[in-house]
Amino acid sequence: MWAFINKLRSPKWFYAISAKLQPWFWALAALLLITGTVWGLAFAPADYQQGNSFRIIYVHVPAAFLAQSIFVSMAITGVVFMVWKIKIADMAATVMAPLGAAMTFIALFSGAVWGVPTWGTWWMWDARLTSMLILLFLYLGVIALRGAFSSRDSGSRAASVLAMVGVINIPIIKYSVDWWYTLHQPATFTITGRAAMPLEMWAPLLIMVLGFYSFFIGLTLMRTRSEILRREASKRWVRDLIEESR
Amino acid sequence: MSSTNATVSAPVMPMHDPKGGLIVALNATLRRDLTLMLRRRGEVLNPLVFFALVITLFPIGISPDPQLLAVIAPGLLWVAALLAALLSLDSLFRSDYEDGSLEQLLLAPQPLAALGLAKVAVHWLLTGLPLALMAPVLGIMLALPAGSYLVLALSLALGTASLSLIGAIGAALTVGLARGGVLLSLLVLPLYIPILIFGAGAVQAAIMGDGVTAHLAILGALLAMALMLSPWAIAASLRISING
Repeated sequence: MWAFINKLRSPKWFYAISAKLQPWFWALAALLLITGTVWGLAFAPADYQQGNSFRIIYVHVPAAFLAQSIFVSMAITGVVFMVWKIKIADMAATVMAPLGAAMTFIALFSGAVWGVPTWGTWWMWDARLTSMLILLFLYLGVIALRGAFSSRDSGSRAASVLAMVGVINIPIIKYSVDWWYTLHQPATFTITGRAAMPLEMWAPLLIMVLGFYSFFIGLTLMRTRSEILRREASKRWVRDLIEESR
Repeated sequence: MSSTNATVSAPVMPMHDPKGGLIVALNATLRRDLTLMLRRRGEVLNPLVFFALVITLFPIGISPDPQLLAVIAPGLLWVAALLAALLSLDSLFRSDYEDGSLEQLLLAPQPLAALGLAKVAVHWLLTGLPLALMAPVLGIMLALPAGSYLVLALSLALGTASLSLIGAIGAALTVGLARGGVLLSLLVLPLYIPILIFGAGAVQAAIMGDGVTAHLAILGALLAMALMLSPWAIAASLRISING
């Protein structure tokens, strides 16, 4: 365990290992996303109440899952950065934040588009939409705070603290449906139980969720690698690397 | 050599003064902050005036109809009080940061979390509590239905304590930034929403005649959680702002 943590301290090691891992995640993401999209959009049966508009779920739910998971990941990497001073963790948190904000926006937007045929309105002040909006603001706050500091290290540590504080909001999002019942339908999809949906609808959704996660991991690895090069640009090994590739 | 050494050697200075325990330090911080705040009365009064002003804007902007106002009064009062509390946050650590006494607080042998908590307590005592006491008066002006005044004051007193604690994290994070004011509200407002929900919900419940104890209990629970966790976040944030 300690040997592994010590290895993580070295950006060079991470750069090398992520180069090997990255193609697998991209391949997995492409496979799952293509399968899930084709299955979900073309072959899954239409909902008996909502018709074909329910197919937005294949984008909406994975995006909402990622939006919450990325914030938790940011808090975890924040703890790792603050406790063990592992710079890779902070680099990952830096590149994850905009992706998380984008996923939150996609979840909100697809929810709004979905709301038109089902509720007859673009926006509804119900619990989950509202907490998703709050999550978006939390993301924007973390990104803005990181950018506000002139020293990168202070910005990193401040953003880590804010991510940890903000993660308290995640359970509130999860349970807000129970707290504050409104129009939004109760949660349709959980990993453990699948009672609310028939298998033909549920299986492509699971594939899409896994595909989104693979995409997230692949993209985070790729962007962390760029961030390593940016931050370590003056280091010997990075310069050697650039010399080699010339 | 040995003789010069003997003359130069300083009297033995204990690292921790036995008289300067945690209670003494807390007392001193509380008293100092109270004195400072009471000498700058403007800073204490401004949030209250802001609260009254914002409440004045709503009847002008929406409608002076008492029936309409009575419906929206709980939310209005809570939102306006929340904004007033937010407005006062920026000055929580600002002057201490500028004159360097915050660094002394960091250097003190007592835990920074406890000293920060003392500062937040003073902030609540001079911002949250007056807002809570003033809210019923403004409630009368908004035709708030009878029977909810005590709940309004109580929920605000409980809620603003959490607001001060959570807000202090944001204030500590942004104290080192030259223009942290807008950023501070961006960081802190999303975290305020649960408290707003249950605070305004308590007043709403009192008007409807439902039980208010559940709402007040949740507000108390949120306060207990904030009281437990936020001092550490405040201390960590202050360290980042000072050392960065």
